[in-house]
Amino acid sequence: MEKSAFFNSKLLPYLLLVPQLVIKFVFFYWPASQALWQSFLREDAFGLSSEFIGLENYQALFAEPQYYKAMLTTVVFSTLVAALSLSIALLFATQADKNLKAAPAYKTFMIWPYAVAPAVAGVLWIFMFQPSLGTLARPLRAMGFDWNPLLNGNHALILVVMAAVWKQISYNFLFFLAGLQSIPKSVIEAGAIDGAGPMRRFWTIVFPLLSPTTFFLLVVNVVYVFFDTFGIIDAVTGGGPAGATTTMVYKVYADGRLGGDLGGSAAQSVVLMVIVIALTAIQFRYVERKVQY
Amino acid sequence: MNFRHYGIAATLASTLALANPAYAVTELQWWHAMTGGNNDIVNKLAEEFNASQPDYKVVPSFKGNYPDTMNAGIAAFRAGNAPHVIQVFEVGTATMMSATGAIKPVYQLMKDANEPFDPKAYLPAITGYYSTSKGDMLSFPFNSSSMVMWINKDELKKAGVAEIPKTWPEVFDAAKKLKAAGHATCGFSNAWATWANIEQFSAWHNVAIGTKANGLDGFDTALNFNGPLQVKHLQNLIDLQKDKTYDYSGRTNASESRFASGECAIFLTSSGYYATAKGTAKFDFTSAPMPYYPDAAGAPQNSIIGGASLWVMGGKKPEEYKGVAKFFAFLSDTNRQAKLHQESGYLPITKAAYEKTKADGFYEKNPILQTPLKELTNKEPTENSRGLRFGNMVQMRDIWAEEIEAALAGQKTAKEALDAAVARGNAMLRTFEKTAK
Repeated sequence: MEKSAFFNSKLLPYLLLVPQLVIKFVFFYWPASQALWQSFLREDAFGLSSEFIGLENYQALFAEPQYYKAMLTTVVFSTLVAALSLSIALLFATQADKNLKAAPAYKTFMIWPYAVAPAVAGVLWIFMFQPSLGTLARPLRAMGFDWNPLLNGNHALILVVMAAVWKQISYNFLFFLAGLQSIPKSVIEAGAIDGAGPMRRFWTIVFPLLSPTTFFLLVVNVVYVFFDTFGIIDAVTGGGPAGATTTMVYKVYADGRLGGDLGGSAAQSVVLMVIVIALTAIQFRYVERKVQY
Repeated sequence: MNFRHYGIAATLASTLALANPAYAVTELQWWHAMTGGNNDIVNKLAEEFNASQPDYKVVPSFKGNYPDTMNAGIAAFRAGNAPHVIQVFEVGTATMMSATGAIKPVYQLMKDANEPFDPKAYLPAITGYYSTSKGDMLSFPFNSSSMVMWINKDELKKAGVAEIPKTWPEVFDAAKKLKAAGHATCGFSNAWATWANIEQFSAWHNVAIGTKANGLDGFDTALNFNGPLQVKHLQNLIDLQKDKTYDYSGRTNASESRFASGECAIFLTSSGYYATAKGTAKFDFTSAPMPYYPDAAGAPQNSIIGGASLWVMGGKKPEEYKGVAKFFAFLSDTNRQAKLHQESGYLPITKAAYEKTKADGFYEKNPILQTPLKELTNKEPTENSRGLRFGNMVQMRDIWAEEIEAALAGQKTAKEALDAAVARGNAMLRTFEKTAK
């Protein structure tokens, strides 16, 4: 007896794809094409006048030294946030994976920060590190360390990196933990019997077997630092001091919403979109080769 | 046949009955950005107006901080459902007035609605900011304030500063004494970095911020606040920042609490800080006029205002505009203005309300509230001190602040920072000029 079912209708596969395609269209292609179109226009904030100016927005953008500075800040910021949040989360996950007494409570606490909205996360960190009022900043200053994120760009960058990392650790932790739990114990035990110490077992068995999770998280984290950290930066530093924490996505907001320059801001979004697409493509092309599924 | 007629009649009757309340009361949406005590004042004003007449109902709704409210209004206009009245802060003025068609000028509104309206009844220092160069009032001033110097009298006494400093050199001296007396982290400071050190500073010393009367006379204005006096002042701040005789407090008023907590005993910020200071400062405090450089010719001149005004959005029905006009007439009432001023600490907008408050002897008991009025009316305003109007001002302030921060952090000299602020600001002004034809 033939067991597989056949559907002769040619329409059905398309029908089944429709919901997905509609979502893709409404939430990605449509806004993306709008951004692309707007980047060729010069409009006032109210949309009363609109003029096609070709590539002028892009020319103005690439002639602006602040834009290159924002690019550099983005590179530093995203590298720090992705590297720190991934490695710290991995450390926590390996610890939580052990047979701990309070493991469930520990895991629950680890996941909580993920439920905090970015802006709220930012405000929490201000409470701790605002130079003259912060609960942790005051002891720091009392010890003679001149903590001043209002004027010192490095301090401000450290502050937003800490907030962004703190916020992302939960997410990474959750996936790492799930990844660790799906690694068969027998493999690790075999390694132990062959005389491999814990460190060696981790680097030669666990870490390679975890690579699909790590790869997935790398892609997600890069997207996170590029787009989602905006709320934290807005709440904590507003891009300052002197542009030290203005990342590319924050500049999109500052120019478009605060500056009312929709064309210039749209041009930046397009550049940002191209960069993220390229980064993701590179990751899939080159990093994925090292992944062992 | 008959039944059908009855049917139609019944439908008509019920439609009328349903529609009736809508005809009786016209709703007027009022979007604003007032929080805390000022939010209560907004709601109370709307209630009082609604109770005072049967035809219109003002519905206030809070839309977030100033930039949020303005952006909400712009987005709503683009989507075709703008509110009738929207509160926009003073730096959004150029953006609003350039949006011909999106807004209904107030002088036009009052004329169309035949409401009594005498532009001369309002304080020129305030309405000048919101009027064309011909004197036509475009928006209705709502909450206005100016910048004053807040003084912690107890701490000054402890530090051996006998008199409240009047000039900048006196402030620097007092700050050094304060620092020696235990204020290690802050001799003096200010909120609103650019409003204090560029905008108010320039007006108070009668030097220009930009050409064309600081932009009031046209969008083809160019910034020029990188003159010797502004450079000298910023250089002084840079030098004093090194040992925290001056300590930077950020771009907004988030750090105003440094005054109330006692950390900074001399602090420049808005006169609108009064209500908060009264509620939180546990020491004897007062406000004084902003300091000036005695060697600058003509200083002090007069200060300029901050705060917000009410803009009427375009494309509404004549009937609705009538209601808005009535509401503005209601707000201009002398007793109401005087009460509003005395309760909120914001400035009265009519001359009559100012005179009445004076006559009531209010200022003898509350000299703090008169400081900003004295500053505003100190001298007849000049081209440099009537106000300012630059496109993209919201973001421009951030750019100026970036440069001030770079200077205070020691990355740039005062001259370099102000030159860069002017150059970057001018680039933005030219972009704005192209869209605001």
